[in-house]
Amino acid sequence: MDLAFTKEEQAFREEVRSFFRDNVPPDTRRKLVEGRHLTKDEMVTWWRILNKKGWGVSHWPTQYGGTGWTSVQHYIFNEELQSYPAPQPLAFGVSMVGPVIYTFGNEEQKKKYLPRIANVDDWWCQGFSEPGSGSDLASLKTKAERKGDKWIINGQKTWTTLAQHADMIFCLCRTDNNAKKQMGISFIVFSMKSKGVTVRPIQTIDGGHEVNEVFFDDVEVPIENLIGEENKGWDYAKFLLGNERTGIARVGVSKERLRRIRDLAGKVESAGKPIIQDAAFREKLAACEIELKALELTQLRVVADEGKHGKGKPNPASSVLKIKGSEIQQTTTELLMEVIGPFAAPYDVHGDDGSNEAMDWTAQIAPSYFNNRKVSIYGGSNEIQRNIIAKAVLGL
Amino acid sequence: MDFDLSEEQRLLKESIDGLLTDSYDFEQRKKYMKEKGGWSKTVWLKLAEQGLLGLPFSEADGGFGGGGVETMIVMEALGKALVLEPYLATVVIGGGFLRHAGSDAQKAAHVPGIIDGSKTLAFAQLEKNSRYDLFDVSTTAKKKGDGWIIDGEKFVVLNGENADTLLVTARTKGDRRDKTGIGVFLVPANAKGVAKKSYPTQDGLHAADITLTGVEVGPDAVIGNPEDSLALIERVVDEARVALCAEAVGLMDESLKTTVEYIKTRKQFGVAIGSFQSLQHRASDMFVATEQARSMSMFATMAGDFEDAKERSNAIAAAKVQIGKSLKFVGQQSIQLHGGIGMTMEAKIGHYFKRLTMIENTFGDTDYHQRRVADAGGLI
Repeated sequence: MDLAFTKEEQAFREEVRSFFRDNVPPDTRRKLVEGRHLTKDEMVTWWRILNKKGWGVSHWPTQYGGTGWTSVQHYIFNEELQSYPAPQPLAFGVSMVGPVIYTFGNEEQKKKYLPRIANVDDWWCQGFSEPGSGSDLASLKTKAERKGDKWIINGQKTWTTLAQHADMIFCLCRTDNNAKKQMGISFIVFSMKSKGVTVRPIQTIDGGHEVNEVFFDDVEVPIENLIGEENKGWDYAKFLLGNERTGIARVGVSKERLRRIRDLAGKVESAGKPIIQDAAFREKLAACEIELKALELTQLRVVADEGKHGKGKPNPASSVLKIKGSEIQQTTTELLMEVIGPFAAPYDVHGDDGSNEAMDWTAQIAPSYFNNRKVSIYGGSNEIQRNIIAKAVLGL
Repeated sequence: MDFDLSEEQRLLKESIDGLLTDSYDFEQRKKYMKEKGGWSKTVWLKLAEQGLLGLPFSEADGGFGGGGVETMIVMEALGKALVLEPYLATVVIGGGFLRHAGSDAQKAAHVPGIIDGSKTLAFAQLEKNSRYDLFDVSTTAKKKGDGWIIDGEKFVVLNGENADTLLVTARTKGDRRDKTGIGVFLVPANAKGVAKKSYPTQDGLHAADITLTGVEVGPDAVIGNPEDSLALIERVVDEARVALCAEAVGLMDESLKTTVEYIKTRKQFGVAIGSFQSLQHRASDMFVATEQARSMSMFATMAGDFEDAKERSNAIAAAKVQIGKSLKFVGQQSIQLHGGIGMTMEAKIGHYFKRLTMIENTFGDTDYHQRRVADAGGLI
């Protein structure tokens, strides 16, 4: 057992860090620090910088543009990226549909889609959840019917993140109504510009527009847009959801936020002195930092395990990452709320569309607190995670 | 970065797990509790035979040169089996003082007896009002000729009843809460002026309140600098905290396992109660708490080697906070999920709960260590 990173790993961390310092546009970084949403342009610009460097799809197999890094290097890269902070690669393309395509897709599909995912020539979105299918995803109803050389798709998806920017969607569709619910689902990709696709924004409690409803009304999709085998989509979905185990803890994000809290708490006054001098506040902050340290170590255990024994059999500790990671992220936004106190209240009428550059730094703290309630809901709610631990780890 | 055990460490784990599986089930433990001093000399000698009592000592001193990881392995195993024998007091703490500051003569006088199991030690540190501050020392050691005269009262001295030698913290200079002027003294338990009141503790161990009245010791009784040993005491107590973290992880592992087994078999309303989601989620949260504790126990173990004393103390304090929170949750919920049977002395789960509870209040509780981390400027 040894906590230390090797010399090579430390040098790698330096390399990554200095690349971010030199290449992340300062405005993009500032907006992330302040908890604001980025414009599509800002995100795509950064991802292309990353892709040009060869780090856009770092965890893909090298023949598709991956880096061949060790699991520790991936960990270091993610941590530096999250804590710098710089925008994370678009998960829907890079972490979700990309791996499904290079694992289950045919040669033509790989050639057609993978380079465009890497360079974000296509912005992908995820068509999984439906109004009646949240945690019980396999009950989904969106239908794909085979008609000649086309799929005809009808139905509705929801919570579709950033669909307003999307060029492409990967979609779970029911292709067999008679099979058991998990068995009749197929994984189909198509253009969001297709006739019959309608995107309607959902305004969330933070006032932002991140998620959407997406309607399909007799959308015609070429037959070759099926990925893998018909009616095997549920397997691919499970593969996709199980792919990203360690990034989900978002330790770097919480670290960056805790540094910001400490910084602000040294400036904002309470009872005539900086709030950091208030013992009760300081202890709450320390409590959160300790929880995060424990999570970081848990994540390192999982990473080290993957490095040694491969990803085949996940370390049981990996189930901790989503639950604790989301709880800690939420605690950090609570602590920020506590720091600014009554100045959490003013509502920024300009919203967060990037049009008001002069917006006060306090304006996004309450929205960010509201917005972060999502992290214990998405990606399999924390209650679903507890079901998974009970069944898969404890055998209950 | 590596969290795996080496081949030797794996063998060590197998050997102690094997020994305890054979000689330390819950029924056997009940018998050991009734032996003199509340633990089994036979088991202690078995530990000695396997070299476990010599684990952390250097090879030059007759030991095996084991480090923090080796102690972690042993303490986890001792926790899992709810072991009563005074490993912490004798090997970790007593041995710690000798390893870090003992003179060659002191080591020669005490280490062989520890290693062969013939001698045990106890750490007489806690005072009526000192609570968790290691520098809060009222017991005095006054110079007399070459030697010292020690006067004071020490409380809840683990293994105080049986120990052959006491390690006593005493003030040689200054006022009660001064950080300098503190020394550590090796005092024979049968020295004139040592009076002991022994009792079982809530978790089935044994401790003693010890009064020292005009106890005379020679110059060879002093370990380290008699006027400035706080750093030494902090170092050894930090190692004890790390060991307690590992013991707690072993206790939590076994508590979780026992509880999960119980809810799989206990039937109500015609089904195993483990099929109810509210209980499943509670058990899942116990798992999360245990894994977070394990992570911090490993962190504390590795922090034991940090060069910077402040960084080391801060990391270990943080670990004690996580362990304290986790053990309270796992301990309490183990009882809750067992229901009425968990309230009985007959079921083993309650005994795990009691040992876990006592660990929280040993060498600083959760609030105490959280304050230390907060005052040190946090952990990020």
